[in-house]
Amino acid sequence: MSRLKTKEEYEKTIGFKFRRWLYGEEDPYINKVEMVKQHHRHVEEKTITERMHEKQMHREYTYDVNRNKVLKTYSMLYRIASVVFVILIAALLVYNVSWLPKTGAAEKAVNNEVPQRYIENGLQETGAVNIVTGMILDYRAFDTLGESHVLFIATITVLILLRNNKKKATIAQISDRRFEPKNDSILQLGAKILVPVIFVFGIYVVLNGHISPGGGFSGGAIIGAGLILYVSAFGFEKTEKFFTERTYKVISFAALATYCIAKSYSFYTGANHIHSIIPLGQPGAILSSGLILILNICVGMVVACTMYTFYVMFRKGDF
Amino acid sequence: MGPNLIANYGEAIAMIMFAIGMGNLLLQKNLIKKIIGLNIMDSSVYLFLALKGYITGRKVPIVVDGIQEVTAYINPIPAGLVLTGIVVSVSVSALMLSLTIRLYKRYHTLDLDEISLRLRQEGL
Repeated sequence: MSRLKTKEEYEKTIGFKFRRWLYGEEDPYINKVEMVKQHHRHVEEKTITERMHEKQMHREYTYDVNRNKVLKTYSMLYRIASVVFVILIAALLVYNVSWLPKTGAAEKAVNNEVPQRYIENGLQETGAVNIVTGMILDYRAFDTLGESHVLFIATITVLILLRNNKKKATIAQISDRRFEPKNDSILQLGAKILVPVIFVFGIYVVLNGHISPGGGFSGGAIIGAGLILYVSAFGFEKTEKFFTERTYKVISFAALATYCIAKSYSFYTGANHIHSIIPLGQPGAILSSGLILILNICVGMVVACTMYTFYVMFRKGDF
Repeated sequence: MGPNLIANYGEAIAMIMFAIGMGNLLLQKNLIKKIIGLNIMDSSVYLFLALKGYITGRKVPIVVDGIQEVTAYINPIPAGLVLTGIVVSVSVSALMLSLTIRLYKRYHTLDLDEISLRLRQEGL
């Protein structure tokens, strides 16, 4: 029996909170985490000539090697010491390399029983023809989950650091928006021809990660490059229709959560010796190798969104 | 010197690249050039790892004809490690560049000596 919840009841659920967080209506850390307000820094307005003069003064003061004897000695000593240090490091490393086993030799300490296990049993245990993919997304899937989170956290940090305040947006940032697109017909024609091809190729690389060279990271980087080409040809007016900050949030969250749930199931069944219901399929077919295809798609989406977000943030600090 | 320096020329080049990157990191004053030096160091590590996994005459570890013997393929583990390294390097580069942008917006210079001088003048 289902029933409709009242408004008060609905407002207590997790779904409502998630929805508010998603739409940016509420900051979950207000009244929970004490935010120390940053010390206000007084910036006096200066003309360009004043600023140049001040820069020149600073430069002379910093590198006044003619009069400042201590600075001169110190910088001399520092340079000599660092050159000696670097040469020492290089000599030490090259000396060590000369004692390593020969490049391309089969009898090395690194070629032990671990790669042997991966090569001999990898296809049967993971179902992936590409042994490297089977390794990074099945045997060492925790590692790849950590990598995806590193990318996600780096993007969030870049968002925090480079986002500009919409109220205080400078004229340069606004004009960057106003004069887009630049209507470069060569770039637009090239983008029209290339972008679909790049997208199709990127999707091919992501989907064929388990049966040919490629995978989520490389395919995602290709799709991200296609998005960057598109935005530099046609401007933000067009990309805003399908990619905003909310899209980034949704895609990244969904991909990371799917990855997490899928791998939790896999680890749970593996650790408790329960038979997993996910079939491995025919090796070499596109719908094979169990969870690896799904995980590759998740990783590809995270990487593509990350590349595009980095570009957008470095270009103007706003979606 | 050991006996395998000539055979290991690729690894020796990787080590020299590492030293070049480190020299960039120590001697350059510009922050962007420091970041480039760190990226050179990253690339040298990838080259070293890729060479460690290589075995002469063997193929990429993709099972094509049903051959599953160790003697047919190169070592797959360094490939996975290089992938991890590349991802982390991308994230770290983006983080450092965005911090550099913030520093430039505040101090209008990329010179590390000038930035630390201004920091000292502000009493931080």
